[in-house]
Amino acid sequence: MSKIDKKLMSGTHFMLGNHAIVEGALAAGCDFFAGYPITPANEISQHMSQRMPRTGGVFFQGEDELCSVYALSGAALSGAKAMTATASAGFNYMLEGIGYAVASEIPMVIVNVMRCRGENYATQSDVMQLRWGASGDHEHIVLAPSSVQELFDFTVRAFNLAEKYRTPVIVMSETTISLMREKLVIPEADKLEIVNRKKPDVPPEAFVPFQAPEDQAPPLPSFGDGYRILHSLNPHDEKGGIAWDPDVFEKLYHRITNKISANYDDIIRVDDFFLDDADIALVTYGSETRPARQAAALAREKGIKAGVLKLETIWPVPEKHLEDLSKKVNKILAVEMNIGKYAGEIERVCGTSCEVSRVLKNRGEIHTTMEIMSAIEEAVK
Amino acid sequence: MKKHPLWKYLRQNALPHFFCPGCGAAQVLNFFLKAADEMQLDFNNFVGIGGVGCTARIPVYMNVESLHGVHGRTIPWATGIKLHKPELKVVIFAGDGDASAIGGGHLIHGCRRNLDVVMIVVNNLTFGMTGGQMAPTTPKNMKSATTPYGNAEEPFDICKLAETAGATYVARWTTAKPKNTKNAIKEALAHKGFSLVEIITQCPTNFGRRALSTGSAARNLEWIKENSVSSKKAETMDPQELESKFVLGTFVKKEKPVFRGSSVC
Repeated sequence: MSKIDKKLMSGTHFMLGNHAIVEGALAAGCDFFAGYPITPANEISQHMSQRMPRTGGVFFQGEDELCSVYALSGAALSGAKAMTATASAGFNYMLEGIGYAVASEIPMVIVNVMRCRGENYATQSDVMQLRWGASGDHEHIVLAPSSVQELFDFTVRAFNLAEKYRTPVIVMSETTISLMREKLVIPEADKLEIVNRKKPDVPPEAFVPFQAPEDQAPPLPSFGDGYRILHSLNPHDEKGGIAWDPDVFEKLYHRITNKISANYDDIIRVDDFFLDDADIALVTYGSETRPARQAAALAREKGIKAGVLKLETIWPVPEKHLEDLSKKVNKILAVEMNIGKYAGEIERVCGTSCEVSRVLKNRGEIHTTMEIMSAIEEAVK
Repeated sequence: MKKHPLWKYLRQNALPHFFCPGCGAAQVLNFFLKAADEMQLDFNNFVGIGGVGCTARIPVYMNVESLHGVHGRTIPWATGIKLHKPELKVVIFAGDGDASAIGGGHLIHGCRRNLDVVMIVVNNLTFGMTGGQMAPTTPKNMKSATTPYGNAEEPFDICKLAETAGATYVARWTTAKPKNTKNAIKEALAHKGFSLVEIITQCPTNFGRRALSTGSAARNLEWIKENSVSSKKAETMDPQELESKFVLGTFVKKEKPVFRGSSVC
């Protein structure tokens, strides 16, 4: 493999969202990409096919999504930082491999550029599938960028979280932002936080491959390091042996889910907009944040104290932040581009402390500022 | 007590194994370890892959880096490993279901790309672990758990499939031919490129009892022997005679560049 291009393209760019994902991955150290063609994620694999071989990595086009997602497992266990990208329908197929990666604790990043069923229009309709699609018990980390800059930043963060927690991390993109061109600032190397997986600090004979504190992932050696670990989907004890025992199973899945749910402060990120003195709050994620913020600013001009809570980590649910918000404001509007899915989570967490209404749009178009503005005015009547 | 000479290669905490008495997959584990031992295979740079099924347990019992537990995705795993770390030796142990039913789509593409892996297909002509259902390899008219009146489907010839798709080493033997099988595994391990060794094996519990009306491993082996012909003899036989026979031998052995990725500069 030749290394003739830089991985980190520090500087100011005007870039397509999908290309920003690629640059974010490379900046984080991604050296293995596998994917299967699907619109509107194609610019990711096409750009990867140019960038990977010239930066010393591997580009692989699988015969389907299943092949791609399992190739990530093989590469990641061999030491790679691996990523795939797909869109809604393709994500269906990948769920099988994501479930395996959860069970075997394999770090990887999956980008899903959500699209309307069979068509490439704007939507946020997979927000539940990303969380609950894989079979078996799991906690997923899902990040929701809202701009080209965040596609870069959150992709870097997705790799860092995947490496730290040994788990698949999903970047939930959307047609709206993936196919948008915007300003992107790629930082210098010393301004970029990069996390690499922990490797064992004991020799193979002393290493217990699936032993870790209940809120952490165990260190992960690579194939060829001499540790000879069995990575199985089947319930396994701390030594990695396939073992059916209710105690072993319970302990394993407690740790696999707890390593994510117990690290709320590290994993959850939200962003406040005019919330300090707000009476009414819009809760948004992804591209819907953009018109929601404009609407809140407009409402302020009309004397309505509106603000926005943008959820940057949408899974696990930022429950503490939502709970705090529900005690501070009189009313919450859940804004999303589907038939009303994440709204259920917001109602679950906030519904006992304040009134929650839904501002939904499910016609392949993002909300306009005025539509959200009207919803705010209606809510304060 | 004296230990078996291959004992040192087994993963102690995975034993005892779960194979039925008389199972052919257990023999394949033995053949493979013998071949690896004779070739002095470096077990620190060796990944054994199994999907789901009886055969998939073979790499679980070996003291190597192993991947196990998802049905049909052995080749995708192997692809990720070989592309990122080509210096590793990767061996896939797949049953006929893993290789040609749920994983059939991956098989043809692994062959087409000439991925540098060894794939040992343990073909017991049925889905053994799940209770003896019809597989894509179950001979026509034979009874199984899901073909109680006889199999109405045409079976796959896995070797022909691999050859047509572009594999660069293809051979078929049976558990009744231990020496030939072991030698074919050695040839496959030494070969650069996609190497497929199909081994016809007895499954007394779930193929034998349903298709051959006998749970005797010896009788099942006899049946395999009676229905096997060498590739040399096959050349003299007419297609109708050959229809229900297992043709044994090496079918492909050629050099071709191995897969290094889809976009290489």
